This record gives sequence, C-alpha cells and structure tokens, in this order.
Amino acid sequence: MKRFLTALFFFVLLIAAWHWAYARRIWSPVLVPSPESVVRYIWEIALDGSLWSSTVVTMKRLVAGYFIGLLAGVPLGFLTARVQALRDTVGVLALGLQGLPSVCWVPLALLWFGQTESAMLFVVVMGTLWSVILATETGVRNVNPIYIRAARTMGSSGLHTWVNVMLPASLPFIVSGMKQGWAFAWRSLMAAEIYVTIITGFGLGHLLHYGRELNAMEQVVAIMLVIVLIGLLADKILFSPFEKFLHRRWGTEK
Amino acid sequence: MTLAHGLSAPTSAHLAIEKVSKWFETSRGPVHALDNVSLQVAEGEFVCLVGPSGCGKSTLLNMIAGLEMPGQGSVVAAGQPVKEPSRARMMMFQEAALFPWLDAFGNVMFSLKRKPGLTDAERRDVAEYYLKLVGLEKFMHANIHELSGGMKQRVALARALAPNPRVLLMDEPFAALDAMTREQLYGDLQRIWKQRNVTIVFVTHNVREAVSLGDRVVLFSPHPGRIREEFTVTLPRPRDINSVEVAGYATRITRALKDHMEHGAGI
Ligand SMILES: Nc1ncnc2c1ncn2[C@@H]1O[C@H](COP(=O)(O)OP(=O)(O)OP(=O)(O)O)[C@@H](O)[C@H]1O
Ligand SMILES: [Mg+2]
Repeated sequence: MKRFLTALFFFVLLIAAWHWAYARRIWSPVLVPSPESVVRYIWEIALDGSLWSSTVVTMKRLVAGYFIGLLAGVPLGFLTARVQALRDTVGVLALGLQGLPSVCWVPLALLWFGQTESAMLFVVVMGTLWSVILATETGVRNVNPIYIRAARTMGSSGLHTWVNVMLPASLPFIVSGMKQGWAFAWRSLMAAEIYVTIITGFGLGHLLHYGRELNAMEQVVAIMLVIVLIGLLADKILFSPFEKFLHRRWGTEK
Repeated sequence: MTLAHGLSAPTSAHLAIEKVSKWFETSRGPVHALDNVSLQVAEGEFVCLVGPSGCGKSTLLNMIAGLEMPGQGSVVAAGQPVKEPSRARMMMFQEAALFPWLDAFGNVMFSLKRKPGLTDAERRDVAEYYLKLVGLEKFMHANIHELSGGMKQRVALARALAPNPRVLLMDEPFAALDAMTREQLYGDLQRIWKQRNVTIVFVTHNVREAVSLGDRVVLFSPHPGRIREEFTVTLPRPRDINSVEVAGYATRITRALKDHMEHGAGI
C-alpha cells in the first residue's frame, strides 16, 4: 500500500509538472501538448475503435513472432548447448546476430518480403530468436551436472530429463533471455511499423508515424504512452509469474 | 572387543565387485583411479569405505550406482551385471542435489513418479510416509532454499528411500553438517537401515563415523586406488560415536591408514 501511494504520488506530481509547463507556455503548445489533449485524443481513438484495432494488429504481430522465436529458440538453445558442432556454427551465428541491433533487420525484411505481414513477422522473430538461443544455451551449460546424475539414479533419462530437469534447472537463464527477446522484438517491430506502411493492418507504430506527419503532437505523445503501458502490462502478465516462481523457489531476492 | 580383519567374503553377496579397474583420461594424461578392486557386500550389510582424498571411493560408488562403467572387471548387483542406474540402487550425494524448482514433497515425488505400478494417490502416500520417517512432516511443502543443511540431507534421504531401493549408496552425505545434526542423522539412518533391511555402502573421511555405523570398514589407499585392509566391527548397536570402544577401533584404523600412506606408495 505504501509503495502504491509512493508511486501514485510520483506520477501525479509528474503530470502536474507537465500541466504547469504547458500552462506557463514554456515551450510552444505544438511541441508540448497539454495532458488534457493527450487524454482527449486517447478517448477519441478509444471510442472510434482505432486504438483497439491498431493495438490488436500490433500485438498479433508481436505475439505471433515472439512465440515462433521462443518455440524455435529454446530447442535450438538446448541443441547448441549439447552438440559441439552446433555450438561452433549456430552458436557463433547467434552470438553475432544478437549483437546486431534488431532494427537493422527492417531493410532486409522489406527487400525479401516486401511490404507484407511476413516482413513484420520476420523482424519480430529475428529480434527474439538469438537472445533466446543464447540464454537457453547458457542456462543448459550452467545446469549443475549433479542434478542430471541424481535424475538418472531416479530412473529419468532422455526426453524426460530434458523436460523435467534441464528445462526447469535452466529456467532462470531462459526467463532472462525471454525478457531480452521480448524487448528486442518490441523495439524492432515499432521501428518496422514506423518505417513502413502495410496495407493489411495499421499498427500502433503507424499511428505514431501519422501523428508526426500531421504534426499532431498529442497523437505522438498519446501513442507513446500506450506503447509504454503495453510494455508494463506485458511485463506483468508474461514475466511476473515466472519471476515470482523463481524467487520463491530459488530464494533469490529482487 | 575384538578386531577382526581380513578379506573373508560374506556368503550371500548382494553386491559383488570383481577385479575392477578404472582409468580416467584427463588433460594431464590418464589417471588410474581404481586398481584391481574386489569387494563383496552381503544383503542388509552396512559397509563403510574410508581412505584419503582421491583414492577412488566416489568412483567406486558411481560404478555401483551405474553412473560410471568399470574399465576392467565387473560390478554385479543381485545377480545382475550393473549396466545403468536403477531404482534398486539409490544414491545420496555429498551435496544434497535436491531440485530447487520443486518443494520437498516434489523432490521425493520425482523418484516415485518414475516408478511404474503405483497410482498417483499411492505415490503421494509413500512420499508423505518417507518425509514423516525423516521427521519433516511439517516441511512437506517448504522450498529447498528454506531448509537447513541437515533438513536438506533428510529430504535427500527420503528421496533416496522412497522407491524402496535394496541398496543405498551414500557419498559423504553428512560431511557438511555440524556434529549435533550429524549424530541425530546417525540415529535416524541406523533405525531406518534396521527397519528396511537395506544394504548400505557409505563413503566417509571420518573414521569414527565409519566405526559407529558400519558392520565393516574398508580401507582404501590412493594412486592408484586400492583396497588395503578390512575391519569387521563387532560392537553392539546402537553405538555411541563418542564411546571409548568406538574410539579404540578408530585409533587402530587411523594408525593403519597412516601406515599405508607412509609405506604403501610402492606396492
Ligand atoms: N570424471 C573424472 N574425470 C577425470 N578424473 C576423474 C574423474 N572422476 C574422478 N577422477 C580422478 O579419479 C581419482 C579418484 O577420484 P574419486 O572422486 O573417486 O576420489 P574420492 O576417493 O572420492 O576422493 P574424495 O575423498 O576427495 O571425494 C582422482 O584422482 C580423480 O582426480
Ligand atoms: Mg569422493
């Protein structure tokens, strides 16, 4: 409760300062819109439905690409951790490409796929995949071998060991890889949406882009706000349960 | 008080280790971990292995467990050559080796879930039974990191006992514990051993511990690992680790250990 009140106080203060700066006309209203106009804009697009439709478009791309990246990345990470030949090839590739800012995939995706959903998906998958592979590989290589020996004496082997020992034992690493992958995917998708228009769906990035085209600062700020909120919400829904579990079981404190 | 020694093999050997040798390939060349080791353990017997660090005690235990294969010779358990791990031979490691992603109950269930022929309800009952047996009924759903070192070893003991193994292999299981907790666990272990009639092979550096637990104490020497001497301990049970009789045995075994260390190198 006390923490909630502290947070509330902080944000109220922040908005008050914003309003004050706007009212005093420190900067031009074109550059700093009023909090009211931002809220009004959000209200409008919420009513006419464009807020929801563009959020849905963006989230569909993000979630689809993210889960493809995850579903491919975790097994690939397992494989690179176990097979020397794969570590020397796919592992090195992942290390290199993970260092590439994921925005850099946008031009390539456009040339390969044109202005299509596939391009968007590709960018998100590339943002997710390499981090997940690397984190999973690190996680698996850090599994205490004594867990595997103990599991073997208890009649576990093969796939059972992978699912019931390796996977949970490397979970702390995998979750941090998932978070990083999510962040990279989210950033690169926004860049892609701002950069290119895709006929099949207008995402949040397009709204942001048109806000700039129209010089509508309240639109730009409002969409940024929505993007921030989605990020926070994703953290709560996707990662908090995992992290709570990890902290409770492993006894690691935040 | 009699101190019998020699290499007399018990009649009904449950574990038969025959002329086992083992080399490890390392970056510094091959290491001769065990050399021509033979040992028979009778059903229901409690055998302690003692010897200096690096004399191959863990290696031998791993081979009985089926986690490691002998380079030469054979390991036979209950008439069958050991080829892989089996729930009939459960191992307790020096570190508790409990899974941190499961609670105490979940850890005990892990070994039971792999055991066929039980319903889930039966498995739960068995897991509860063993956690009670080691005195942890109140900590059934505790996270592993919330348990003390002694409690962790108790969970590990419950986990090893739950599939009802015929052989319990224990690699310095109590080495990291304080004397009080250790003595408590000695009592628990002997009670369970009598009750379940399991065969126990117990590795330790602590000669007094070996004397107060074992029917036999087997002495190893290193480089390469060999069996040097066996002592049969005929003291009545329960034994008190602090008693004069235990100390008497321990002194002789320690002296033998030192002799082998000083004169044994060339043999
Ligand atoms: N996996 C391995 N690879 C290489 N060498 C090994 C391996 N396991 C054991 N050894 C070597 O074999 C020898 C015996 O090791 P082992 O662990 O069995 O000794 P130990 O008697 O259990 O010692 P301690 O009392 O210190 O636990 C040692 O010299 C060790 O370095
Ligand atoms: Mg050892």
